[in-house]
Amino acid sequence: MPAVRFESVSKTYRTPRGDFQALQDVSFDIEAGEFFGLLGPNGAGKTTLISILAGLGRASGGRVTVLGHDVVTDYAAARKSLGIVPQELVFDPFFSVRETLRIQSGYFGVRGDDAWIDELLANLGLADKADVNMRQLSGGMKRRVLVAQALVHRPPVIVLDEPTAGVDVELRQTLWAFIARLNREGHTVLLTTHYLEEAEALCGRIAMLKQGRVVALDRTANLLAGTAHQMLRFKTDQTLPAALAALARVTGRSVQLTAHDAAEVEALLAALRSAGVRVEELEIGRADLEDVFIEIMQSSSTRPGELVGAGA
Amino acid sequence: MNGWQTLFYKEMLRFWKVSFQTIAAPVLTAVLYLLIFGHVLEDHVKVFDQVGYTSFLIPGLVMMSVLQNAFANSSSSLIQSKITGNLVFLLVTPLSHWAWFTAYVGASVVRGLVVGLGVLAVTVWFAPPAFVAPWWTLAFAVLGAAMMGALGLLAGLWAEKFDQIAAFQNFIVMPMTFLSGVFYSVGSLPPFWQAVSHLNPFFYMIDGFRRGFFGVSDTSPWISLAIVAASLVAVSALALQLLKSGYKLRS
Repeated sequence: MPAVRFESVSKTYRTPRGDFQALQDVSFDIEAGEFFGLLGPNGAGKTTLISILAGLGRASGGRVTVLGHDVVTDYAAARKSLGIVPQELVFDPFFSVRETLRIQSGYFGVRGDDAWIDELLANLGLADKADVNMRQLSGGMKRRVLVAQALVHRPPVIVLDEPTAGVDVELRQTLWAFIARLNREGHTVLLTTHYLEEAEALCGRIAMLKQGRVVALDRTANLLAGTAHQMLRFKTDQTLPAALAALARVTGRSVQLTAHDAAEVEALLAALRSAGVRVEELEIGRADLEDVFIEIMQSSSTRPGELVGAGA
Repeated sequence: MNGWQTLFYKEMLRFWKVSFQTIAAPVLTAVLYLLIFGHVLEDHVKVFDQVGYTSFLIPGLVMMSVLQNAFANSSSSLIQSKITGNLVFLLVTPLSHWAWFTAYVGASVVRGLVVGLGVLAVTVWFAPPAFVAPWWTLAFAVLGAAMMGALGLLAGLWAEKFDQIAAFQNFIVMPMTFLSGVFYSVGSLPPFWQAVSHLNPFFYMIDGFRRGFFGVSDTSPWISLAIVAASLVAVSALALQLLKSGYKLRS
């Protein structure tokens, strides 16, 4: 049984300017024990999909199950299996960290599990903040409490919606070490993130959403192997010739060009030389997930149902 | 402990942590009303035979405080959670619509009764308490507070900003409680306004509650009880239906 199953999920929002289709026929499974990444640009429907999974929103069509429990008809069992870390930095200003966690635990019918609460606090670097009021915590500390709240009822499926947006390096490392440990211990993890290097490092499998549709679904390794193979990176002060500029990703002085094999690399270098472009710090490397992501998002030929990658 | 008990506990802890605002302030307000109106009107107004105006005013003020604070508790807790966004912590839990309802309304009843007892305790200085039929007093206090807790839940679900809650409170709850016979016996009004007062459910709550103090009332307590119970059932049914459907909670 999959940990999470999305079956033809669609979502239409009624707006004054007409209907907006946020999700169209989204279907995929997340197997138990997977570390799964859900990627896509802003507005692609990632948070809408997670809201439907969590019961915060309702699908217009299709169904979602968590460990076989329908999130609408069998919501209590589905929600007990889920731990959701919301994207927004929210907190209840009336309570201390420990009170917050005890209350959240109690909502799930779990009482007196202070040993687990202490373990969460220790693992998330919150041990010395247990009796501090939520209002007095910094943004990063509040984010840690959100993670602890999601885990306090020991859910088998953990959902993290952009957990590291605006978070310092230390917390990112603490958080990923802890989540990776929970994943090794058998928890299923669903992650949405803007930091593609995180997804590349952590996720075994990735789905990419674009305009409410799944446009790629494969093992991370296959996605990396299946598209551009080589990246030519260099810096220059000069303007690229138009033919090359159209292919390049330019960030300030840095330029990235995609090549499929060594011959193409040579051709690109020859083109640069003949245009008289002086390059510095030239390096040739393998494509990373960001390159794959941009290639998939830019390919306008994506039609519904046509997926990049061979599937799971 | 079930999930609803945790929510009930959390809702009580919430108002307890700001008890200056949620308990002490309304007690003080009620006592000020008593001081001012009692002082001005004691020698001028005779409501029931053998009942002085200050004595008459006390149960009305107690019940008004119970009702207003029961409404304030559920409505302000819900709107605060909606606006700060921390309602998400409840929305992701397995709690049913019954659990939400029981916890929010239960905590409202507790807040209403605590404030009511506070007002009553202070007013003992002004007039000896009268408890001719305490069961009527208790029944109307609990049912009235529950009805107002459920109404506050409705208002909290419907409102999207503090302004709307304040409007609900100031333009509906306040006038209806003030014009329900807290400060006067409805029997002393001209026939037209008597008839209007009888359309106000708050009138029956105050009248029934006061019956427990003096054994006298404008209307039969059984009729009042039936009307209060019917309003409680109607408001509760609507609140439960909205909670179940996720009205303004789940997009």
